[in-house]
Amino acid sequence: MAHTQEHTSHTKLIWKVFGILSLITLVEVILGIIKPESLHLTHFLGTSILNIIFLVLTLVKAYYITWFFMHIADEKKNLRRAVVWTALFLIVYLATLLLLEGSYINDVLGPLTKWNY
Amino acid sequence: MESTIATNANRDNWDGGKKKPLGASYGKMMMWFFILSDAITFSGFLGAYGLMRFKFIDSWPIADEVFTHFPFLHGLHAPMYYVALMTFVLIFSSVTMVLAVDAGHQMNKAKVTFYMFLTIIGGAIFLGSQAWEWKNFINGSYGAIQMNDGKIIQFVDAEGHQVTLESFAKPIASERTQHIKSKGLWFVEETALPAITVNEVIEGFKAHPELTIRTEQINPELKQKMIIPRANAMGYLNESKKVVVGANLSENEYGKTLFADFFFFITGFHGFHVLSGVIINIIIFFNVIIGTYERRGHYEMVEKVGLYWHFVDLVWVFVFTFFYLV
Repeated sequence: MAHTQEHTSHTKLIWKVFGILSLITLVEVILGIIKPESLHLTHFLGTSILNIIFLVLTLVKAYYITWFFMHIADEKKNLRRAVVWTALFLIVYLATLLLLEGSYINDVLGPLTKWNY
Repeated sequence: MESTIATNANRDNWDGGKKKPLGASYGKMMMWFFILSDAITFSGFLGAYGLMRFKFIDSWPIADEVFTHFPFLHGLHAPMYYVALMTFVLIFSSVTMVLAVDAGHQMNKAKVTFYMFLTIIGGAIFLGSQAWEWKNFINGSYGAIQMNDGKIIQFVDAEGHQVTLESFAKPIASERTQHIKSKGLWFVEETALPAITVNEVIEGFKAHPELTIRTEQINPELKQKMIIPRANAMGYLNESKKVVVGANLSENEYGKTLFADFFFFITGFHGFHVLSGVIINIIIFFNVIIGTYERRGHYEMVEKVGLYWHFVDLVWVFVFTFFYLV
């Protein structure tokens, strides 16, 4: 990816990445509309398999955008890691704590919510 | 300032972009760190949304039932189509942006101008779509009843499909008029009365034996809202407080008000980023036209604004996943 000659055109690669991103979005939308029961109603890692698929596809899209559109691969390794590793660590940390806390509140509060009148 | 600086050598450390720490110009490096901090800000918002969603995991609104509109397809149940279109628009404007950056590397002014122009158009289309999406959410689709404790009751027919309040509410003549300053106390007034009152809804419900209600509660087996048998429905309706149509920051006909709050705040914050991105793109676009970067010898400014624009696209990828897909 590192373009040593500044002046070569990457048009072909850009359209290829556009194709990949569109394809992933299309798959997401189709899965989101159909919601196959075998994926939607089965439990896996605390949520449905479908949600895990969505999450993975989203991360793949994020990778393609940062690596091929934002050209982070062309930056020096130190700058790249300062941005990517920091973001990944803090976001994963934050999300883990908040989601654990959320399910805990649900465990405690859920049974107390009145649903029959 | 002179007295606080030990030597003058410190002054030109950054030297107008000639020095390149970490191999990137000062401006570009700072754009990366701004993007990092902005990414963490968005994660904070989406994380808070996740916390509340997990807290109310058994009663959160189902996105497929909320965002069902598509232009020119009135009354058709079209979940996801519109937001998919918006996503494509934004991805495509990201592509034209990266093509503009690429053309900048080759010092091709005409191409940079053309692709910047397309990018701006894409951004504008996205903003318009966002406004339309908000309009539909604010106006609502079916209407619902809010109970005294804030829970939402929606009305469904025998097949379990939602029905609008207008389709069954029984008009009852009422002498109640809107309290405006000229009619009552001069320092008190109220907002416009709702078109349908709670009484009209309940009387209409009694007159239509095929109808029943559903609550916010989700059946974990089917991942659908629980439908209450008609025999038990009056127990819920006796707790009615008011009619809710559409969504705003204090009420939401689709369920939890928090859902509306987070939706408005996060998509609004993202939309504001898109707006500022479009404005910055326009400024850079005119700079390209008058040849500022041609004279400077490089199009790095296009690259920097491109970074911001791709970041906006990147955030949308996550907003799309967490609000519409999962």
